[in-house]
Amino acid sequence: MLIQVLFHLFAAILILAALGVITARNPVYSALALVMCFITSAAIWLLIEAEFLAVVLVLVYVGAVMVLFLFVVMMLDINLAELRQGFTRFAWLGWLTALAVIVEIVGVVWARGALGIDPGHGGTPEPATYSNTLDLGRVLYTHYAYPFELAAMVLLVAIVAAIALTMRRRQGLKYQDIGRQVAVRPADRVRLVKMAPEKRP
Amino acid sequence: MLDLAKLWSALLDFAESPIGHSTGWIIVITVALIISVALLTLWERKVIGWMQLRRGPNRVRIFGLLPGVGQPFADVVKLLLKEVVIPTNSNRFLFRVAPMIALVPAFAAWAVIPLSPEVTVSRADAGLLYLLSLTSMGVYGVIIAGWAANSKYAFLGAMRSAAQMVAYEIAMGFALVGVLMATGSMNLGTIVRTQAGGLLSWNWFWLFPLLVVYFISGVAETNRAPFDVAEGESEIVAGFHVEYSGIAFALFFLAEYANMILISALTATFFFGGWQGPLEGYPGLGATFLGQPSFLWFGLKVFVLVFLFLWFRATFPRYRYDQIMRLGWKALIPVTLVWIGVEMLLELYRIGPWARPWFH
Repeated sequence: MLIQVLFHLFAAILILAALGVITARNPVYSALALVMCFITSAAIWLLIEAEFLAVVLVLVYVGAVMVLFLFVVMMLDINLAELRQGFTRFAWLGWLTALAVIVEIVGVVWARGALGIDPGHGGTPEPATYSNTLDLGRVLYTHYAYPFELAAMVLLVAIVAAIALTMRRRQGLKYQDIGRQVAVRPADRVRLVKMAPEKRP
Repeated sequence: MLDLAKLWSALLDFAESPIGHSTGWIIVITVALIISVALLTLWERKVIGWMQLRRGPNRVRIFGLLPGVGQPFADVVKLLLKEVVIPTNSNRFLFRVAPMIALVPAFAAWAVIPLSPEVTVSRADAGLLYLLSLTSMGVYGVIIAGWAANSKYAFLGAMRSAAQMVAYEIAMGFALVGVLMATGSMNLGTIVRTQAGGLLSWNWFWLFPLLVVYFISGVAETNRAPFDVAEGESEIVAGFHVEYSGIAFALFFLAEYANMILISALTATFFFGGWQGPLEGYPGLGATFLGQPSFLWFGLKVFVLVFLFLWFRATFPRYRYDQIMRLGWKALIPVTLVWIGVEMLLELYRIGPWARPWFH
């Protein structure tokens, strides 16, 4: 009962926040609404005992990705009128995407029902000793070790590609080599000279 | 009178129930934390004063106690009575919400920290992940404050803070991966319990490089000196909270100090055995409180680690921004990666914490 009340509460907040993402006039508000979306989805995932996914969603998307997003959105001087120009023109594309997503989700749910796969746990909660994180780790590192490593490699390649794309060395830039700065010794910079006192005239 | 008695017994019944039990501890921890923050601000000014051969605050007494003890309370009253100035053309809503957003993670994280062998508000299995995600949310208060204030200095502070936190979170996460490998659990209670057995069986011994990395990242994460470029008085006035006054500023202050205590508590939990006593196993001490694990040890460890924060502030000059980035990405992260490799070898040959029979 309590779980259902919480689910509907979080679902309502999630939908409102998602609407906020696409309707907010200020892009910073949009980004913050998206943060709200992530947090409420994490809460909903917690309700179905997927605590690892929930926490990782907050950790990765709220903690890192959205911070960089906000970073960029705040820095850019975005022309709002220009941005909103295409809103009605490209609306059909948005509707089409939404429709495709809905069809996919309904299809998955229907297929599971037709194949007799129980969606969720059928309402019975797992015992208190059950650890979703532990189970997930066990499966990932034994049964799915190979796909897991493949995914890691793909991510690594993506990182290397992103860095390679943004690495541009311009001519004439004066870089500071901090390693050399730190390694400096007083003896290399200052020469103390012994001088005999000058004679008074 | 009868009603009062009834109310009292109902309250006692509620306190007996699991929800009431947690609620009680949440209230106790929150109040204790706020008082600790108040006293910590005084302690910081005193300690730095002594280090610089000054006296520190020594005017306001309270109940005729030591001179200076009333200072934080006098400060709170002063800040409460001051006007909260909202700059023109600032984003009013976000400007007011930002201090609260900064405050929430600093307090919410205490839910999973084991305070003593008996007391933990939540024994969540993914406690470590929960902590990581909460500490990563602390940056939002700073970013939103910096942006909403409509000030160049505040915005620069927010940008610096965002970049710094994203960089140091990675090192922090990798250090915790090492802890995870040594204890085999993400439950903070279990992490503490696996470190049983006295001083040398705590994690700091086998994970010393990770301890150093974690604590440095923690100092960076709390925006404390020498990593306080987000404030940087000499360059960008006061950084992200330059436009805040009165109690709104005090909330940022509260969040910063609560975060300091939090990072110290986490370091104590992950690397110094939490509530485990250092004298465990010594003959003759087992019966006395010195040989027993208790909140006393946890409090003592947190106190010492918080003192390090103050010591750093009095000792080190502020890092330059590019040097902060270099330290985070090029020094701390490689150290953690290397040590995770070393841990793999230790685990392979069953040395140190991996020699324990239940590990395999």
